[in-house]
Amino acid sequence: MLKQTEGSHAVAEAIALCRPQVICAYPITPQTHIVEGLGEMVKAEELKKCEFINVESEFAALSVAIGASAAGVRTYTATSSQGLLFMAEAVYNAAGLGLPIVMTIGNRAIGAPINIWNDHSDSMSMRDAGWIQLYAETNQEALDLHIQAFRLAEELSCPVMVCMDGFILTHAYERVDMPTQQQVDAYLPPYSPRQILDPADPVSIGAMVGPEAFTEVRYLSHHKQLRALDLIPELAAEFKAQFGRDSGGLIRTYRTDDAETIVVALGSVNGTVQEVVDEMRARGSRIGSVSIGSFRPFPLDPLREALKAAKRVVVLEKCLAVGLGGIVSDGVRKSLSGIVLNGYTVIAGLGGRAITRASLTRLFEDAERDALEQVTFLDLNADVVSYELERESQTRRTGPTAEAILRRIGTVASNIG
Amino acid sequence: MHEQDQQIKFYQTGTFTVGNRLLAENQRSVQADMHRTNSLNSGHRACQGCGEALGARYAIDAAMQATGNQLIAVNATGCLEVFSTPYPETSWQIPWIHSLFGNAAAVASGVAAAQRALGRPDVRVIAQGGDGGTTDIGFGCLSGMFERNDDVLYICYDNEAYMNTGVQRSSATPPAARTATTPALGPAPGNVFGTGKNVPRIAMAHRIPYVATASVSNLRDLERKVRHAMGIHGARYIHIFVPCPLGWGSAPADTIKLARLAVETGLFPLFEAHDGQVTSSTPIRHKVPVTEYLKLQKRYAHLFGKEPDLGRIAQIQGMADRNVDDFGLLQ
Repeated sequence: MLKQTEGSHAVAEAIALCRPQVICAYPITPQTHIVEGLGEMVKAEELKKCEFINVESEFAALSVAIGASAAGVRTYTATSSQGLLFMAEAVYNAAGLGLPIVMTIGNRAIGAPINIWNDHSDSMSMRDAGWIQLYAETNQEALDLHIQAFRLAEELSCPVMVCMDGFILTHAYERVDMPTQQQVDAYLPPYSPRQILDPADPVSIGAMVGPEAFTEVRYLSHHKQLRALDLIPELAAEFKAQFGRDSGGLIRTYRTDDAETIVVALGSVNGTVQEVVDEMRARGSRIGSVSIGSFRPFPLDPLREALKAAKRVVVLEKCLAVGLGGIVSDGVRKSLSGIVLNGYTVIAGLGGRAITRASLTRLFEDAERDALEQVTFLDLNADVVSYELERESQTRRTGPTAEAILRRIGTVASNIG
Repeated sequence: MHEQDQQIKFYQTGTFTVGNRLLAENQRSVQADMHRTNSLNSGHRACQGCGEALGARYAIDAAMQATGNQLIAVNATGCLEVFSTPYPETSWQIPWIHSLFGNAAAVASGVAAAQRALGRPDVRVIAQGGDGGTTDIGFGCLSGMFERNDDVLYICYDNEAYMNTGVQRSSATPPAARTATTPALGPAPGNVFGTGKNVPRIAMAHRIPYVATASVSNLRDLERKVRHAMGIHGARYIHIFVPCPLGWGSAPADTIKLARLAVETGLFPLFEAHDGQVTSSTPIRHKVPVTEYLKLQKRYAHLFGKEPDLGRIAQIQGMADRNVDDFGLLQ
């Protein structure tokens, strides 16, 4: 059914259609509307046979989810930013125990300085925790990915993060096609756990494992993700057959066939990138783009196939490996082992900095001329940075940096967008 | 009242081997029952004289009997977890999960929620951890589980320090005690005299249905309290005093003796509370001075050198006396 709704609410409805049995909720912007929506549905008894638990922290949220999942029920939670970091220990633990929890990440920057707006620093910080990480381009895809995520998680007994850009998707009202309960039931069978805490058949879960077996246990987690490389496209194809639309998959290419310049990005910014690609194509540029839908497992082979004929690749990242440059770039370059082309890393959209068509156009035109640095910070205000560096060189006690920059810039609102 | 729950008191002198042989079969303890479940089975790697292994064995078998063996246990990281499940072996004969150090209460809340979702109200949940996992790192999750009144019995096995990592101070470490992080050095050797952190009383402040303290010196009482707790729904808390020969520098053979002295000095009062109100306490028949208890442990050796630290011994005696007053233990 077509409807106009907020991204968070669309996801909440999709989760409800997946018949979760335990949901843990703790508020953090910008994912809060998702769990609020689910809380309403449980309270109003629209979502039945589901326990909705308000916990005291994100660490508790995922810990409750771990207990529920190990006890054999379908379990969901959501978080963002600091919340994901606060539950970090449990994030690794859920994956190590092989529990198929599905968690939405409403992607948001990490402080300090505290910032509630969108980038990918949060989920990227957990990229090696053993969770599958899927990134949504649109609200429709966010909704669809959650339905696929439960199927994927439960088939592999591996937790899945569905990452959607905070505010840009979570708070945007868009048209979505909401599937029916019947459709979802046909796609997603009831949860059949591989391991369960059951008095009738007692098992110990979470034993101490020493050097004699730790590598093997870790290898098997890696192997699960390698299996996911096959399963993710299969589930997306099955989804298309059943629901009639493309959602999910490992990567999605856009006008890359004869492209000399290919932009690689994750999440909602792909919409803007594709518009710029269209505009530049209309002016004769041979440019295309690739959207990475699955960051873990990382789709090395499909990326290589998509990029191998290009002259250059621009990796547009909403995250920063401080002291190195790009996080996504590492994977992209690994996929290109043995292929010689120019690779550029562009750090963009940090802490909600708008990524405009004008900026991207300038950037891609520079790339076409190979006039980019290895690492570029899109729309970096060089004046502010130089001023602050100069000030720091003159004075020892400069005080807190972020506050000094804010004073220099003036009002915050005038600089967003 | 179940026969086993009757208050049976043994008055003996000269020996402490009070036995089930003195009782009718239906009055005997769970451990004396041929059908006890041995939930924490033999062969685990606990030290000789481990109070925690003893406490857990009695507690879980009693809970198993009370629930008709419909029990799931969640364990915090710590000695109990490590000594019971060295891969690929496990001592647990019941469904058991270990997740992290600080989240046992929350994981147990999740297991309990799953039972509600599955329509299995008969399957009950216990969470357990040491004092570090309970009074320190797991405290937030514990308070959350209490406040929501989740259907979980949380058992803290209190040996008064982080023993698994090599005897470091926890918020349950008593004043003056030597640990690896409160060495017996300088003008005020051992742990500081802080304000203390009485988690049973903090549990009571949540007004949860049931809070109790228990000791491995009073195993019938421990069993009774666990069985009673399993007859109640909602959040419940039992704080069990479990001496640690390794961490305390005491003889393994003295574990029960030390646990009894902790009770008889007044340092560890045994009581029960329902809905936030104390409803019973175990009186002390012959009050013992704290020195009798302290002298058996190397962690207090610095108090008894050539010049005994009378001031600080008196402070510890004061703590015991306050407990005796607070709970009316000398009736």
